[in-house]
Amino acid sequence: MALILDSVGVTLGGRHVLADVSARLEPGRITAILGPNGAGKSSLVKAMAALLAHDGRVALDDRPVASLSPETRARRIGYLPQDATVHWNMRVAEIVALGRLPHRRAPFGESDADRTAIAAAMAATGTMAFADRLVGTLSGGERARVLLARVLAGAPEWLLADEPLASLDPAHQIDLLDRLRAVAASGAGVVVVLHDLVQAAREADDVLLLHQGRVAGFGLAGDVLTAARLAETFGVRVVMVEKAGRRLPVPIGRIGLVSEG
Amino acid sequence: MSQSMRLAALALLVALLFGGSLACGKAVVPWSAWFSGDPRWWIVAELRLPRAVLALSLGAVLGLSGAVLQGYLRNPLADPGVVGISAAAALGAVVAIVFASASGVGVFAAAILAAGGAMALLAALTWRSDSTVTFVLAGTVLASLAGALTAFTISVAPNPYAVAEAMDWLMGALTDRSWPDVALALPPMALGALLLALTGRSLDALALGEPAARSLGVRLGAVRLLVVAGTGLAIGAGVAATGVIGFVGLIVPHLLRPVFGHRPGALLLPASLGGAALLLAGDSLVRLAPGAGEVRLGVAMALIGAPFFLWLLLRARHDAWH
Repeated sequence: MALILDSVGVTLGGRHVLADVSARLEPGRITAILGPNGAGKSSLVKAMAALLAHDGRVALDDRPVASLSPETRARRIGYLPQDATVHWNMRVAEIVALGRLPHRRAPFGESDADRTAIAAAMAATGTMAFADRLVGTLSGGERARVLLARVLAGAPEWLLADEPLASLDPAHQIDLLDRLRAVAASGAGVVVVLHDLVQAAREADDVLLLHQGRVAGFGLAGDVLTAARLAETFGVRVVMVEKAGRRLPVPIGRIGLVSEG
Repeated sequence: MSQSMRLAALALLVALLFGGSLACGKAVVPWSAWFSGDPRWWIVAELRLPRAVLALSLGAVLGLSGAVLQGYLRNPLADPGVVGISAAAALGAVVAIVFASASGVGVFAAAILAAGGAMALLAALTWRSDSTVTFVLAGTVLASLAGALTAFTISVAPNPYAVAEAMDWLMGALTDRSWPDVALALPPMALGALLLALTGRSLDALALGEPAARSLGVRLGAVRLLVVAGTGLAIGAGVAATGVIGFVGLIVPHLLRPVFGHRPGALLLPASLGGAALLLAGDSLVRLAPGAGEVRLGVAMALIGAPFFLWLLLRARHDAWH
C-alpha cells in the first residue's frame, strides 16, 4: 500500500518544523529522506508513524494513519528510532520478540506465528548466532542488526528507519543497507533517513530531499541528487562519480555559509 | 534451571518463611499446642498469622511496585517512595493521630484518603505529558511536600503523647496487627497489585524508549494511569496498615535481575515473591532479636537498605545504567 503524504506540517514549540510536505511513497522501494541538520527529517518520519501530531494527512492508501488504533498502526508500520539505547540488559531473543507485541493477544504467550516471525527476522539480519547473548555485550554493528530484527519481527508493511547508519562503520553501513534492500525486495516499503549522499545515491530508489522543513526535491534518486540542487540545500560542492550505472555525488567542499533552518 | 523452576524455588522459600514466621516470637509455642485448645495456639492464630499474612502481602506489593516503577521509569534507583504515595499516606496518618487522636480504622482511613489524594494529584500533574521526567519530578515534589507537612504537623502537635504516637507509627511495623487490619488492607492491595501486573508488556516495550514503545502500540497514558492507580492502592493501603517500610521495593528487583534476567515484564512475579520473602524474613528477625521490645521493621529494612543503596550508587558510577 502506498504511503501518502498530503500537505504534512509539524509545529514544535511554536516553530514550523515541517510545512506542506506532499509525496506518494510506493512499497517495494527504498525511499531515502535527505536534508541538512534541522531540515525536519526525524519529524517527518515520526509524523509518518503517527508519533507526532501533524497537520495535513499521512495515509496508507486512503486510510489516515492517525485514525488507526495504536495496535493496528503498530502492526502495519514499523519504526526504528534513531536512539539505539536498550534500557535493560536483555537477551537478544527477548529484544527481537518485542517486535511481536502488537500481534499478541492479551493473556497469551507467543504463538507459533510469533516464533516463526522472530526466527525469520533473526535469520534475515544474521542475529541468530547471538540469540542468547545480552545486549550489553554486543558491538554497535551487532546491536543495530538486533534492533532491525526487532522491527522486522513485526512484519510491517512499512519500515521507517531514522538514521540507522549513524555510528556504524562503512562495512556495517553497507551490510545494513543490503538488509534494507532485501526488505524492500520482499514487497514492504522502506523509508530511511540518511546523511551520506553517496550511500543514498547508491542504495535508494527514490529520494525525498528536505530543506528548512519543505520539500526541495522528490523523485528518482538520480533525478533529485544533482550538483545544483545539493549545492542549494546543503551548501556543498559535489563531484559526480559514475559507478555501476549510478551517479554518486561526492562532497568536496563548502559553498559560502550554510543557512541554518 | 528453567525460569519456572526458579519461580517454584522462590515460591517454596516464601512458603518456608511464612511457616517460620508463625513459629518465631518471644513466646515459645510447642508443636503440641498447635491446632489445639491450648491458649498458646491463640498467639499463633490471632497474632502471628495475621501478621504473617500482612508481611507476605505487603512485601509482595512493595517488590511488585518497585519492579514496575523501575521498569516504567527505566531507572534502577526508582522505588515506591519516588512517586510520593507513601509520604502522602504517612502524612494522612500523622494528621489523624496528632489532631484527632485517631487509632486503628481512623488512621487507616486517613492514610488511604491521603494516598488517594496524592494519586489524583500525580495523575493531574502528569496528565498532559508523556514524559517520565515529569512523572519523577511531580512524584519527588509530592514526596517532599508531604514530608515537610508531616514534620510541620508533628512540630505543632498539642501534646507529647501524640508526637510519640506519630513517631512510633512512622517507623513502620507489623507489631500487634490483627485480622481487622488485614481485612481492611488486603482488598485495595490486591486490586492495586492486579493493576500493576497488567503493565508487564508495556514495560518490556518501554525498554526500547518511549517513541519505540508507542510505535509498538503502547498507550503511554494508560500505562501511567495503571502505574499511578496501582501504586496508589497497593502502597497506600500497605502504608496505611503498617507505616512506612522503605527500601524493599528498591532492593528486591536488583537482587532478582541476575537470577531472572532484566526483562521488566518477566521480573514482576519474581519481585512479588522476593518482596514477600524479604519482609517475612525481616519481620521474623526483628521478633527474634533479644530484649523485651522489637526493632521496628521499617528501621531494620532501612538499616539493610541504605548501605545497599550506596553500593548501588557507587556501582552505577562505573557502569552507566541509562
